[in-house]
Amino acid sequence: MKNTFIGAPIERREDLRFLRGRGEYVDDLAPNGVLYAVILRSSVAHGRIKSIDTAAALKIPGVHTVITAKDMPGGPPIIPMRLQPLPEFKPFEQPVIAHDKVRYVGEPLAVVLATSAAIGEDALEAIAVEIDDLDPVGSREAAAKNKSLLFEPAGSNRSLVFHARKGDADAAFANAPYVRRERLKTGRHYGLTMEPRGVMAEWDAAKGRLTVSGAAKVPFFNRRILAKQIGLPEDSIEMIENDVGGGYGARGEFYPEDFLIPFAARHVNRPVKWIEDRRENLMAMNHARETEADIEIACERDGTIIGLRGEVHTDMGAYMRTNGAVGARNVVQFMAGPYRVPHVKLDSLLWMTNKTPVGTYRGPGRFESSFYIERLLDMVAEDLGIDRVDLRRRNLVASAEQPYPIASVQPTNANDQYDSGDYREALERCLTEIGWAEKSKLQGKLIDGRYHGFAVGCFVEGGAAGPKESARLAVNDDGTITVFMGSSAVGQGVETVFAQIAADALEIPMDRIRHVYHGSTNTVSDGYGAYHSRSIVMGGSAVLDATKNFHAAIREAGAKKLGCDASDIKIGEDRVSGPGGKSFALAELAGLTAEGAFLNHKHTYSYGTHAAHITVDAQLGEVRIVDYVVVQDVGRIVNPLTLRGQVIGSLVQGLGGAMLEHLQYDDHGQFLTGTLADYLLPTAGDFPNLRCFVTDNHPSPINPLGAKGAGEGGIVAAGGVMANAVANALQSFGAQPRQLPLTPTYIWELVQAGQRQAAE
Amino acid sequence: MKLPPFEYACPATLSEAVALLASHDGDAKAIAGGQSLMPMLAFRVASPSLLVDLRKLPGLNKIAIDSDGVKLGAMVRWRDIEDDERLKTAHPLLKAAIAHVAHYQIRNRGTVGGSIAHADPAAEMPGIAMTCDAGIAVTGKSGSRVIKAADFFLGALTTALEPDEIITEIRLPAWPQSRRFGFQEFARRRGDFAMAGVALYYDPDPSGKASNAHVGVIGVGDRPQRLTAVEAAINGNTIDEATIARAAAAASAAVEPQQDIHASAAYRRALTGTLVERALKIAAA
Repeated sequence: MKNTFIGAPIERREDLRFLRGRGEYVDDLAPNGVLYAVILRSSVAHGRIKSIDTAAALKIPGVHTVITAKDMPGGPPIIPMRLQPLPEFKPFEQPVIAHDKVRYVGEPLAVVLATSAAIGEDALEAIAVEIDDLDPVGSREAAAKNKSLLFEPAGSNRSLVFHARKGDADAAFANAPYVRRERLKTGRHYGLTMEPRGVMAEWDAAKGRLTVSGAAKVPFFNRRILAKQIGLPEDSIEMIENDVGGGYGARGEFYPEDFLIPFAARHVNRPVKWIEDRRENLMAMNHARETEADIEIACERDGTIIGLRGEVHTDMGAYMRTNGAVGARNVVQFMAGPYRVPHVKLDSLLWMTNKTPVGTYRGPGRFESSFYIERLLDMVAEDLGIDRVDLRRRNLVASAEQPYPIASVQPTNANDQYDSGDYREALERCLTEIGWAEKSKLQGKLIDGRYHGFAVGCFVEGGAAGPKESARLAVNDDGTITVFMGSSAVGQGVETVFAQIAADALEIPMDRIRHVYHGSTNTVSDGYGAYHSRSIVMGGSAVLDATKNFHAAIREAGAKKLGCDASDIKIGEDRVSGPGGKSFALAELAGLTAEGAFLNHKHTYSYGTHAAHITVDAQLGEVRIVDYVVVQDVGRIVNPLTLRGQVIGSLVQGLGGAMLEHLQYDDHGQFLTGTLADYLLPTAGDFPNLRCFVTDNHPSPINPLGAKGAGEGGIVAAGGVMANAVANALQSFGAQPRQLPLTPTYIWELVQAGQRQAAE
Repeated sequence: MKLPPFEYACPATLSEAVALLASHDGDAKAIAGGQSLMPMLAFRVASPSLLVDLRKLPGLNKIAIDSDGVKLGAMVRWRDIEDDERLKTAHPLLKAAIAHVAHYQIRNRGTVGGSIAHADPAAEMPGIAMTCDAGIAVTGKSGSRVIKAADFFLGALTTALEPDEIITEIRLPAWPQSRRFGFQEFARRRGDFAMAGVALYYDPDPSGKASNAHVGVIGVGDRPQRLTAVEAAINGNTIDEATIARAAAAASAAVEPQQDIHASAAYRRALTGTLVERALKIAAA
């Protein structure tokens, strides 16, 4: 029997559970004697803590304890970086609770433990905090002055400069016949999850064991951090992954609460639960994206790109968090996107400010850099009188050029190359699907009060971060199989896709895969989690490896049982047979288990094209999407249903970033967007006309499945494409959007400026 | 975002409710649909010592229509207005405006009286009350009175309502069938509070010229306002391109909008003119 579950549109196994209300989220857990943690957060952006008086709070009935930095012998532990852990970042890492200074509005100052969250919040109002205000650093410009320092011993508000280099950009620019320089910027976003974060910790004093529920994304790594911080052996800590309402790169990184809640549980020897509320979520979960580029592009007169040069500034917020440098690295490493750029000299400057710290958010650095390169390309096309689509055709990396090396980045010594693909093919497909040849005749036309605009943009999406992923297969009592994964589930549908992959590998029906357990530290010996669109490539390939070992183990056990050679054993759906018609039920091997792993240091690059047809009401500055098409090639499609969900879902997030979302602060570092009436997310009615087409024409050569990471491509090109479509619609006003989000005010201002210029 | 501690009462009569409100030195708060008050409690920007739930008060959920006009009980919900076929002719401007209020879930709960009492500067119902010279009937410990909308809204979230007074009814004057009207608002997402909104009507005289123009705006000041300069630009004129342009310019000149995270002041000023222009075109069409 040869299965073909891989590639089939299998409905998500997890959905039945969710639709029946049987999902189990961390807030559903309520052990006896649980105390609710509520966190006092700084309302001051930058200041020196003089005192925290908790006496009045402790008198409130129902308040058990208030924990501050003083309760941590030796001072609060520091959260180390997970990715790019450079020594340069050390001085900027975050303590789990503020003890000398506060550096952003929302920084934890104290943890109240009470019999209900409401009583805990009552107690917050009774805690007296004295903070001497320091000059807030409210922007990267203010940071660059180094007048007010977030970290005095560091002597600078700049934590690092990444250098992306390829070829000899200075020489190339000196001889270039055409150069254009632009300043462009992107808004501050975050990976807002429907379910805010939550942690529930239980301390078993007798066994010396700590159980932490609410783990996500990278439970094994976080266990290593927590074990060190809290002084326990790793195997005394169990991290349990529950159902979660979204990850997007933000959930599951190690945050202050990931220490504070386990610490509190051990401190009071009672279960402690903390559920983040939305206001906290907006100011405590990693921010992302706020960058400004001052960049130049050099081209031949025929539009052939010669080079990219310049600087990108990232507003990092107050601390270098676990994965905080990824976006700032990516924004220069991937500025060229899918285009052939022989010369690159881009610096990425990381500025510390009194804002919530940044981390990764779906398509980190890629959304930003795609906005930059796509805006530049449309400006180049206009300047040189070249068709926008032809310009892209001319510059896309050709399949014959694969694997294609991209700019290397120092000081992390990142040298990468794209793996495979025909970028041009995806572009042509996208143009066909949106009907570009016919419809784009409407470019710039005013019809019934609305200007029509079109844009097209191409992207690559990185995936498959190494170094390793693990999987384990086990025979159940009834002869069915359970799959244990080191990968984490953050809503991607891993229970379904890993069951597909395992069923194909084992050559059994899918319903014989009884469970797919994932993420928790008690399922496999080691795991690396869910980030960088890695689960299918890494976890899926680990399943293939585990299958080999699993089959070998069954053959060995069967040979022993039947008294024959292992090579004579045949493994059926639910029976194991040997020579001479002898066989036995697989169930007799219940408990047999084998692990496998996939090791990998290369990355996959899925790719594709976005195209948009929009209309703009120039008086209101209002944009409506008439049609939006994404074509993405992912090497090998495991499940087209979940894949389309990923593409459309990430596209909507990208459109949110392009049109609506912006986390704002005033000059004093006060947070202005603490509700969902201020931070505007796309709602169901905002972007109804989105389509995607997924293909697997060009498998990745770097893994046995041929798959590529595919969870982020929908978001990457959305900013650049929407800005270019607005420019295209409003060409009669000479509108050139240079920032995101494209708010009605901003679009209206572009129209006004165009009208003023025309009048002069 | 858990609610602060408060006492709760759910009286069965208006006089009981008033007595409860009067008993807490101005620290009691009436709750109707809770669509504004509950978030304020969750954010702890309001923490009354007593919540007086109005849901059991009899007779406040009726829409009465007679020759005097439309009387909306204070507990009438947005959904009731949407569903009431009579309002298509009895007060089409009200119906047009209420279609813009928030989302289904909120429209099922939110009440006319709650919106008036909350007095958000961008809310539709206070804007309609202001535009249409509504009377706001209230009852307190010293009796009942009717407050003119123009005297009712004092600023952002601030009204002439005494702490012991409860809104019982919104009275909208009768709507002549020949009246022309338009309602326009623009928000960043449908259902959000508008960056600006315009409600307007006029009565054409036999020669087709406009009279009795009422033009109200929301979202561009600390309270809903009438724009008398725009009304003057409309009255006595045929609603043609020139009149519309004059009215729109007058509207932009008349408002003093604020800047916030959603829109600049200059944008709101221009938007007000654009919405007046569009509402007038719809009215005249």
